[in-house]
Formats: sequence, C-alpha cells, structure tokens
Amino acid sequence: MSRAALDIQGLTKTFKVNDDTVTALQDISLTVSQGEFVSIIGSSGCGKSTLLRIIAGLETDYEGTAVFGGTPIHGPGLERGVVFQEHRLFPWLTVRQNVAFGLGNSTSANVWESVDEHIQLVGLNGFENAYPYQLSGGMAQRASIARALANRPQALLFDEPFGALDALTKIQMQQEVLRIWQAEKATMVLVTHDIDEAVFLGDRVIIMSSRPGTIKKIIPVDLPRPRDRGSYEFTQLRSAIYAEFFRQEDKPFAYAI
Amino acid sequence: MGTSHEQTEELLIPFENAETEPVRERISSPKFRIPRQCVGLALPVLFVIMWELLSRGGILAANWFPAPFTIADTLLELLRGGELARHIAYTLTRVMAGFLIGALTATLLAGVTGSTPLVRQLLDPSIQALRSIPSMAWVPLFLLWMGIHESSKIALISVGVFFPVYLNLLSGILTVDRKLVEVGQIFKLDKLQLVRRVILPAAFPSYLVGLRSGLGLGWMFVVAAEIMGASRGLGFLMIDGQMTGRASVIIASIVLFALFGKITDMVIELAGNRLLGHRGLVL
Repeated sequence: MSRAALDIQGLTKTFKVNDDTVTALQDISLTVSQGEFVSIIGSSGCGKSTLLRIIAGLETDYEGTAVFGGTPIHGPGLERGVVFQEHRLFPWLTVRQNVAFGLGNSTSANVWESVDEHIQLVGLNGFENAYPYQLSGGMAQRASIARALANRPQALLFDEPFGALDALTKIQMQQEVLRIWQAEKATMVLVTHDIDEAVFLGDRVIIMSSRPGTIKKIIPVDLPRPRDRGSYEFTQLRSAIYAEFFRQEDKPFAYAI
Repeated sequence: MGTSHEQTEELLIPFENAETEPVRERISSPKFRIPRQCVGLALPVLFVIMWELLSRGGILAANWFPAPFTIADTLLELLRGGELARHIAYTLTRVMAGFLIGALTATLLAGVTGSTPLVRQLLDPSIQALRSIPSMAWVPLFLLWMGIHESSKIALISVGVFFPVYLNLLSGILTVDRKLVEVGQIFKLDKLQLVRRVILPAAFPSYLVGLRSGLGLGWMFVVAAEIMGASRGLGFLMIDGQMTGRASVIIASIVLFALFGKITDMVIELAGNRLLGHRGLVL
C-alpha cells in the first residue's frame, strides 16, 4: 500500500441541464494507494456516482486532473473493472460467456482458465451454463463481479453494488468482496449510501456533501480485519459518520439511557 | 470457496420444506383436465358441424354455401389434377421471394440508420413519409414499370414486408438499454464490435416481431397481387372460382391461405423461441 494507484486533483464536473449549469463535483482531490480499499459515502445526488464514472472513464468531460496508474484518464480501460448497481449481465449469454465477455474473441485455453477461476472465486461453480434470468439477485451480482475480475484489473470500481439486494445477501456479499480483495490484491473504490457497509469494507471512508459535491471529511478506519460490526469501536465510527449526515437530536432511539 | 458455494445453494432453495408439497400437488393435478389447445378448437369444430348439417338439410343454398365435405372434395379433385400443387408453389415462391427481398433491405437499412445518427436524420424522415402511402397505391405504378409478370408482384410483396421489419428493427436498436452499451464501452469494444456483440443481440426480440408481422403482410399482399392479375397461384384460383361460380373453390383457397400463413408463421415463431428461450422470453 505505497504507490498511488489513483490521483485526483482539483476535479470539477458540471452538467448542462437545459440552459442552467449544475455543478455536480467541485474541487475534489483524492489519492488512493495501490491495494487500498476506499469507501465513498454520501446522500443521493451528491455526485459520488459521477466521481466513480469519471474514474471508470465513462465521463470524460471534466476540469482538473484524474490520473490512474500514472496515465491521465480519458476513457475506459481494461485495468479498471466496474461493477454497477444493476448486474448488467447480457441476457443472451450464459454466466460463463458473460464472464468471458471482456476477454475478446480469443478462445485460447488460458482465457477459459481465467474465466473458470473467477467463476469459482465468486462461488458460482455449478452455474456456468445458467442464463441471467435463472439467477437470484445476489448470484447475478456475483457473476458481474467475476466479469469485472476476469481481465485481472488493477482496480475494481463498485457503484452501489449491493443497493438492490436484501439485507442478508448484502452482508454475505460484503464478506465475499473482502475475500476477493484479499485474493486479487486489487485497489477497490466503493461508492455506497450504506454507512455500515462503508465502515465494514473501507480502509478509509470518504464522506461527501451534496450540491455541489465536495469531500466533506475523510475518516480512516483503523480497525483490524475481520471486523466485528457489533464491536464498540465499529459502532463509534458508525455514529461519527452518522453525525456527519444528521444532527444528533434527529437520531431516533439514540442512546436514550 | 467451498463454503461460499454451499451458501449459494442454500439461498437458491430457501423455502424447500415438507409443508409446501401437498399444496403444490393439489394445484398441479386436478382430476379432470382438458388440454388448453382443445378448448380453442371447440368453437370451430362446432361451427363446421352446424354448417355441414344446415347445408345437407338444404337450409343453406349449396351453390353459395358449399358444405365442408364438398369443399374437401374440391380440394382433393384439384390436388389430383396436379393443378393445386402448381398454384401453391407459385404463391409460396412469390411470398418467399418478396419476404426475403423486403426483409433483407429492411434489415440493412435499419442497421445503417440505427447505428449512425447522421444517416438516420437523413433517411428516416423519407422512409417514414413513404410508409404513409397506402401500399396498394403502388400497384398501378409497378404494373406500368414491370408489367404483369412476377417482378411486379414480388415488388409489391417486398414493399409490404419492408415496413414492419424496418420499423421494428430500428426501434429495437434505438431502445437498446444504454446500460448494456456502457458495459461494452467499459470493455473497450469498438463501434463494430459494439453493434455485433451488444446492439444486435439486444434488438433481436423486436426484430423477430417485425419479421412475423412482415410475413403476415406478405401473405396479405400476395392475395392482392394475384387477384389483380395472375394466371397462376392461389389468388388466381379464387378469381377463377368467382368467374366460374364455384364458391367451393374460393373457400378452398381461403382455407389454404390460412393453412400456409399459419405454417410459415410457426416456422419463424419456433426458430425465434429457440433463440429467445434462454432469455426467459417466449413470444
């Protein structure tokens, strides 16, 4: 965790809505080390997804600099894998074909080796030939993670990946992501609106405020892994982040001793 | 890894227990079960029987309303003479040729207008304008240009097939989920790969709908073309029946049109379902 994988300086992004200009992101500066796990949290509309789309190369019209692995970001790149909120699997391809999608047309043995290895990594062995409509939400999201991993990217970008999953599947998937992170040693950037998720996964939690989207605070999470969601330190951190979004007295059921 | 797989399986079948079993059985095995297809057949069968009885009883005039058995006789008679097979072959060839030309042109044009905004802005308004011409209005012009031979008939059928295929494929291409296109971009597909690997497969269901309605129109237009001027074909057979006052020949032709229209539609439907079944979609 030494060299910077991602370096963003003075990033500003504006959108034209009819004749108005809306500032989605203002003067964002952020450095992510190689192999680091960073959570970005903010309420909806704070521009956190826009930030991720810029890192992914899907939005190219911005001011400031965004550099990944030493080269400025001007478009998508295979070294940056993306997992979206929806699984976005191709309905006409099997799980195996979906995972192989980014590997081009080559049918060499090591391509399928990598595909099968990653299907196994996300725990979908046995479902290689299933079509997306046959999968549950959690399984589809696993397949989409395997697809992003198959190219062996240096960084994996998650855009609220578990927002549409039920609470139990979500917790299970968070543990899976940690396991994958430790196995692949990739840099992880996770955008979420779930405080618990941000603290459980991140080495650092970046808190964003809305309109315009700016970085409000960066909170390091110095808790040993595996983290215990029920521990005192974990709860303390969660409350501290909670307090950044809501005033103390708004908190329902807060420490009414 | 082993554990996560087990967990997945648990999630897949969360409510598998003994209590749900009897309920499922009760729903799926009632004592008297009429196959769904047979329910739909009841009315036509009843209709044919009534018709046969009324016709034999002399209540319906036999020359205007020939009994179903008389029609079947007429069909057999035409078939024995070898005449019918020739008429059918002519009509089928015209429909197929017109369908192929119309569908192919539509596919190419919609592919181009769908993938290049500039070409779409240039061509699409003109194509939409041509669409508003009632297709039958082309008949005199086609006859003048190409004479009364095969080409004018095939041209008319192609025009009929063209529009539904073009419109459905174009709208299929234009409504492809942007989110899937983005996945293609993430994996750095170039424009051609994007069309081949994402846009065309995604637009395929609407394309099939277009092909099926195009074929339907093709059958409609072959009748029109053959009625207006032909010496062979099922449409000609109908006119022949009208001229010679044989209602049974006309009705026999109608039955054959229905039969072949249904068969060709089923071919596309089955092929489509084979290709779409894996998406959980069935037309």
